[in-house]
Amino acid sequence: MIPASLLFFLLLIGEPVFAGPPTSPEGFRVLDTPNDAGKSLSLAWKASPSDSKDRTVQVWAAKSPPAAFQKVAEFPSNTRYVKTGDFPWWVQPAGKGDHYVKLPSSQAFPIEDGKPYTVKLLTHEGTQDVWSEAAEGVSAPNYFNLVQVNNLVFVLAFTGVLLGSIAAARRNPHIYLRRIAGLDAVEEAIGRSTEMGRPILYLTGSGGMSDVSTIAATVILGQVAKKVAHYETTLKVPHRDPIVMAVCQEIVKEAYVEAGRPDAFKEDTNFFITDDQFSYTAAVDGIMLREKPAANFFMGSYFAESLLLTETGASTGAIQIAGTDSDHQLPFFVTTCDYTLIGEELYAASAYLSREPVLVGTLRGQDISKAFIMSVLVIGTALATAGVMLQTDAFNYALDLFRDFK
Amino acid sequence: MIFLKRQLPLAITFVMGVVFALQYYIPHPVSEEAITKVSDWMKIISGFALVLGIASVFHVHAVKIRRQAPGWGYSGVLFAAIVITMGVGFWSGGESKADGAQTAFGWLYDYTMVPLQGTMFSILAFFIASAAYRAFRARSPEASVLLVSAVVVMMGRVPLGQFLAPWTWDVTQWLLNVLNSAVRRAILIGVSMGSVGLSLKIILGKERSYLGGGKDQ
Repeated sequence: MIPASLLFFLLLIGEPVFAGPPTSPEGFRVLDTPNDAGKSLSLAWKASPSDSKDRTVQVWAAKSPPAAFQKVAEFPSNTRYVKTGDFPWWVQPAGKGDHYVKLPSSQAFPIEDGKPYTVKLLTHEGTQDVWSEAAEGVSAPNYFNLVQVNNLVFVLAFTGVLLGSIAAARRNPHIYLRRIAGLDAVEEAIGRSTEMGRPILYLTGSGGMSDVSTIAATVILGQVAKKVAHYETTLKVPHRDPIVMAVCQEIVKEAYVEAGRPDAFKEDTNFFITDDQFSYTAAVDGIMLREKPAANFFMGSYFAESLLLTETGASTGAIQIAGTDSDHQLPFFVTTCDYTLIGEELYAASAYLSREPVLVGTLRGQDISKAFIMSVLVIGTALATAGVMLQTDAFNYALDLFRDFK
Repeated sequence: MIFLKRQLPLAITFVMGVVFALQYYIPHPVSEEAITKVSDWMKIISGFALVLGIASVFHVHAVKIRRQAPGWGYSGVLFAAIVITMGVGFWSGGESKADGAQTAFGWLYDYTMVPLQGTMFSILAFFIASAAYRAFRARSPEASVLLVSAVVVMMGRVPLGQFLAPWTWDVTQWLLNVLNSAVRRAILIGVSMGSVGLSLKIILGKERSYLGGGKDQ
């Protein structure tokens, strides 16, 4: 006879001591893994109170009509449960607390799309084995990842807000823009270079044209080149990527044309050095030390070369303006440059410098979206905390809407 | 001409932007194949673009040598290095190792490029020291806060500092995990919004400066 208090304690610590002989898994089914590229099956079955680490579950699978079954997976029966956050509430291949096992195609057991497979489970404990009913499933690729539908909705909503803001900016172009010291200093830096008769050095970062920060850097280059053309100062733009160089050549040429100084444009304003990180850094440092530019612009994304470039520039006494979204390099830029555009300011530069209503309108759209995200952060934190304190999953319906499911 | 210079690139940008934004939501192998195919095209285009880069390098340095501009000797060294590396590369069949032994090309890479790259990278240590000295001069209340927090973090990250002042470990962890993380996340949210915003502007053709010039012509 076991005392009731001991039984209660054992139940509390969750160890089923008297689990009895293994039983067949209840509700076992084989399904096509949802929202995937195919070549994968998923297995689901109900959890049992007698699940324990000493009881193992083996997955046996075969092509249908059953060829020879082969063991494809084995694990303790008290594992592979569906937990909160595994699936959003709008896509639930298995309920919370059920067992869920994904069976991807492997060399040992290849799974082909469109062909049926039969799977059964063997529950094993000590010397006792129990087979489940066999279940059949067919794998198929999906055309839409439903778990990311929340992401798509937010992208569409953001696009709508952006377009709405642009339309509003067209109607009322007088939108307040806070001052960005780094961009106000562009004029000063170019003027200083002109007065000193020294060139301006402009770097577009280490990214290619597929990087948004590089595109932002090339857009700012257009605005800088326009001002440079007015002042007839020398502009030097060394590159790490030939495609970026070709784009920048076109941008600078157009800027000179727009400034009414096509004659002042020089083909060798943009030039390629190398795509090797430190060779490029050494070459640009050499340019800084030999030609002593009066103004250095560091826009785009940077890695370890950031401090090597900016510290050398600082040692030559140049006025330095940096703008990057590489958060790890920001401390180096802030320390060594006179002005630094932090993160999103790099993307806002084009609107700030050109003051075109369409571009300025998008900044307002971004601000509205940021306010929304901030509200979600505050409300989401409160709901998640309340959910833990009240031990309820009720708030997950709201929280799942903002989770990043893969 | 305007069609080729403006409308066609904008149409291509819109179509490719929308297709590859949607690709993110499509797990089907067709979608994966499409992105692999486009990556292959990108590699081919990059290969052609490299010719532009090499032409630019030759042009810039040939002009320097012809005009005997200051430092033109370095341009001569560059051409010599290109010729020697290419010659040795062809001679070694483009392989850095053959039959388990290092080729001349491999030797050239391991004993010139790698030490030169290492030298540049190692300069970073000295530059960090000089930049830190400049940043930590307590000339303003903000700089003083930076100086104090930097000293605490440095103490908390090295064994000697932890031995001398064990409390620095906890303070360091709090500074990094709470204050630093919060600020970084705020910056990253701004960066993400700005990045998505700029991408949408480009896809929708609202931002066209990257095509050259800011307005339609």
